[in-house]
Amino acid sequence: MEIIQIVGFGLVAAFLALVLKEQKANFAFLITLMVGAGIFLFLIDKIGQVIAMLQRLAINANVNMIYVETLLKIIGIAYIAEFGAQITRDAGQGAIASKIELGGKILIIVMAIPILTVIIETVLTLIPK
Amino acid sequence: MGLDVNAVFQIAGLGIIVAMLHTVLKMIGKEDYAHWVTLLGFVVALFMVITLLDDLFQKVKGVFLFQN
Repeated sequence: MEIIQIVGFGLVAAFLALVLKEQKANFAFLITLMVGAGIFLFLIDKIGQVIAMLQRLAINANVNMIYVETLLKIIGIAYIAEFGAQITRDAGQGAIASKIELGGKILIIVMAIPILTVIIETVLTLIPK
Repeated sequence: MGLDVNAVFQIAGLGIIVAMLHTVLKMIGKEDYAHWVTLLGFVVALFMVITLLDDLFQKVKGVFLFQN
């Protein structure tokens, strides 16, 4: 089963990172970065299937594709920002991690602006004059 | 999946070798060579990680419809 592969891979990498932490901390950091990317690469095609199914649902329910696309982009931005923030926090740089998270939040809000405007307009039209 | 395990072991081995070389070179008095060896080892490992990260970000872009 894949989960055993993932857990085994993570444990091996954690052990190697510990071994390397005393002599050369920067190599340990590289190992954690490599494992983070490796495990997600392993999951990316499964996530792709889920997203393809979501898109088919959206098309069948003839939802406007722009909203679904911005939603998926927001998920992508959230994931990458969280990945970067966790890695930098793990390397001991809390300040940089919080800046990355701030950047991610602002980019997401900027992408959500068109959706918010549409929602507000529809709500206004619902209110009887 | 197996490929990544090899890559992790390569980086770990590289780190250990560089650490040993560093101490050995420091012992025989060649301090500056030691720092060069560490730097080079780090650059090689960084290059391996960067190629994997580039692959990851390309895949993420492909999956999450980043067409822009």
